[in-house]
Amino acid sequence: MMEITEGSHAVAEAVRLCRPQVVSAYPITPQTHIVEALADFVANGTLDADYITVENELSALSACVGASAAGSRVYSATTSQGLMLMAEVVFNAAGMRLPIVMSIANRAMGAPLSIWNDMQDSISLRDAGWLHFYAEDNQEATDLHFLAYKVAEDPTVQLPAFVCFDGFILSHTYEPVDMLTQEQADSFLHPYNPSEKLDAKDPMSFGMYATPDYYHEFRYETNEAQNKAKAAIQKYGKEFGTLFGRDYSAFVESYRLDDAETAIVAMGSMCGTIKDAIDEMRDAGQKVGLLRIRVFRPFPIEEVAKALSHVKRVAVLDKNVSLGSRGGATAIEVRDAMYGKTIPVKGYILGLGGRDIRKKDIKEIVKLCEKGVGDQFYGLKKELI
Amino acid sequence: MAEKKTCDLFDCGHRACGGCGAALSARLVTEAAGPETIVVASTGCMEVFSTPYPETAWKVPWIHSLFENAAAVASGIEAALKKQGRKEKVVIMAGDGATFDIGMICISGAFERGHDFTYICYDNEAYMNTGIQRSGATPYDASTTTSPAGKVSFGNKRPKKDMPAILAAHGAPYVATASIAYPADLMQKVQKAINTPGPCYVQVHAPCCTGWGFEGEQTIAIAKLAIETGLWVNFEMVDGTVTKVKKVVRKPVTEYLKTQKRFRHLFKPKLQEAEIAHIQAIADKNAEKYGIDIKVPPKKE
Amino acid sequence: MALAVGCRARPGKSRDNKTGSWRVFKPIFDHEKCSKCGMCRTLCPEGCIHENTEGVFDPDYAFCKGCGICAAECPKAAITMKQEEK
Ligand SMILES: Cc1ncc(C[n+]2csc(CCOP(=O)(O)OP(=O)(O)O)c2C)c(N)n1
Ligand code: SF4
Ligand code: SF4
Ligand code: SF4
Ligand SMILES: [Mg+2]
Repeated sequence: MMEITEGSHAVAEAVRLCRPQVVSAYPITPQTHIVEALADFVANGTLDADYITVENELSALSACVGASAAGSRVYSATTSQGLMLMAEVVFNAAGMRLPIVMSIANRAMGAPLSIWNDMQDSISLRDAGWLHFYAEDNQEATDLHFLAYKVAEDPTVQLPAFVCFDGFILSHTYEPVDMLTQEQADSFLHPYNPSEKLDAKDPMSFGMYATPDYYHEFRYETNEAQNKAKAAIQKYGKEFGTLFGRDYSAFVESYRLDDAETAIVAMGSMCGTIKDAIDEMRDAGQKVGLLRIRVFRPFPIEEVAKALSHVKRVAVLDKNVSLGSRGGATAIEVRDAMYGKTIPVKGYILGLGGRDIRKKDIKEIVKLCEKGVGDQFYGLKKELI
Repeated sequence: MAEKKTCDLFDCGHRACGGCGAALSARLVTEAAGPETIVVASTGCMEVFSTPYPETAWKVPWIHSLFENAAAVASGIEAALKKQGRKEKVVIMAGDGATFDIGMICISGAFERGHDFTYICYDNEAYMNTGIQRSGATPYDASTTTSPAGKVSFGNKRPKKDMPAILAAHGAPYVATASIAYPADLMQKVQKAINTPGPCYVQVHAPCCTGWGFEGEQTIAIAKLAIETGLWVNFEMVDGTVTKVKKVVRKPVTEYLKTQKRFRHLFKPKLQEAEIAHIQAIADKNAEKYGIDIKVPPKKE
Repeated sequence: MALAVGCRARPGKSRDNKTGSWRVFKPIFDHEKCSKCGMCRTLCPEGCIHENTEGVFDPDYAFCKGCGICAAECPKAAITMKQEEK
């Protein structure tokens, strides 16, 4: 059913349809509208969940760990400072192999304090073992929640998942979204019934410690689960497409990339702007295309290498920076994927802390890339430095 | 050879030091709570000595997440059980460091929200797992590795934080202190806490031979002396009011202090009378506050 | 043996760790003196003391660490600690 709705409300509605039994979250801009909407659903009986109004984010995710281990489907949402306050639990939840789904309304990290969008928050936790999905628009932000639960809870995976979408740019924007009905949602996502849980009928110890005799292999197994998530994403992304017409089996999406000489690689909502810019550049005869990464963990290394194998140069746009390295996280990953090839990969850091990204910026970056200039902060205001 | 029955929910083979008070508390608490219990642990000695993978000593469902978040993990478990219509009881077993210090925010939030769980702090009065550093539960003048006695220091400079009062102030319906030296009383209190709806707290004195410096066989005797000197008071609070205290014929605090290396600097190289007087004053204050003294008529000459 | 997902385990395995090997002193139980009060069983931090079919108590030496709590607390002085012979 098509409805025009705010991104946060669309996400909240999708979460409601996923039927979590326990919701535990703490308000933070720009995620607040999601948790307010969920509280409203619970207050009005349209979501049969226990909503734990925790006192901080560390407790929000900790309560999810407990509830998930006890065998319930659980949900949380946060961003930026809240995510970092959770950080210890983020690693813990993945190591304990608990399929928690958490929305991240991406926001910059302080200091300086900024409530505005970039992707520094979730990207900084890319090594924690969670699946990372990045949405381009609100339709995708909505749909990815169903997929995230399905993949996370698959017995071959058993990993938690972030569903990331740009704070304000998506969370606070009204867009038409085709929302599943409860019946449709139920036909895709079945009740969570794990084979192991905290249960007096079959007592188990969860979260034991591992000596050097075991730890190394546990990390290997968690990494294997990331690898196995690839097949699960393909399978369930396709199933979603068959059922509802929107296929999410691919980790990456190509836009006018087939005959492109310059490829732009990016994630999230800026890809809308990039596509518009590409259309204009194409009209002007420039052979430019886009490779949008939707799944950042597990990182689709082969898919990226294959999709970019024919281009002359690659411009990777990052709304994050791995401080003290050559650039942003996406550029580092793409360069790794392209290792051994002679195609130059240039990184551009842009849009930090809510700085607008305009079509002309994209065109400018393509020009820089053609000149071989990159691996830089793009769009710095000269008068400020 | 006669047949042996094993009934304990906390199994043999754990790696606690011989004579460990905390290990005994795990046995007594699980025995009191019974098999329909989910135990939530914090990082610390008990977690480490009972669960090196895959050798768990726990025969009830058990979970450990982090050092500071047991109360929040328990909140989530309780919520999940409610939604699933399950009846198991949720019992946290956390150290004093996890309780008095790093877990305070999670505990305050969980008690304020009123979850139905029982929080048990096994109190060995320092961070034992990391090598005997002070905590908010370390008593006045105890020498620890971060509050060492030295030429210009008598050890820990602060008295023990009053955690039971803090949780009673949160509106906890049942708050109690107990000691491994009185197992029947301890088990009764645990059962009372479990059967009282809402968040309940039981603080269990659990002497640590390694951290306090005494022989393992003295664990119970030292726990008893803590009570007999008034440095530990066993009481019960229902809805914020003290309803029961263990009364004693009080002994001087030196009887307790001299048994442990952590207080040795108060006796050697010379007797620190002023410091001992200070500790005696703490015991006297406890005695007055809780009314623990049994008055014995003075012997006629 | 393959690893359990998420570092979990079912009960029983701690018994593979025979802590009796730590023992320096061994508690010897004198059943003649025993009043069957059960205090030793209650206070043993290992949980390794059990009531046998005659109603008296015995430690499981496979796990007894020899801490001496039972001997110190037995009201009948029915338990004595003897140097372990190895
Ligand atoms: C966030 C964090 N900080 C510090 C530690 C290190 N640490 C582990 S256990 C512990 C002390 C535990 O003390 P307590 O709760 O009293 O338990 P005990 O070991 O005394 O039984 C510390 C400091 C940790 N695991 N996590
Ligand atoms: S250090 Fe203390 S608390 Fe830890 S196992 Fe040894 S006696 Fe028990
Ligand atoms: S404590 Fe002593 S008297 Fe009591 S049961 Fe044990 S051995 Fe017998
Ligand atoms: S010596 Fe210690 S471990 Fe051995 S039976 Fe007695 S109390 Fe238990
Ligand atoms: Mg401690």
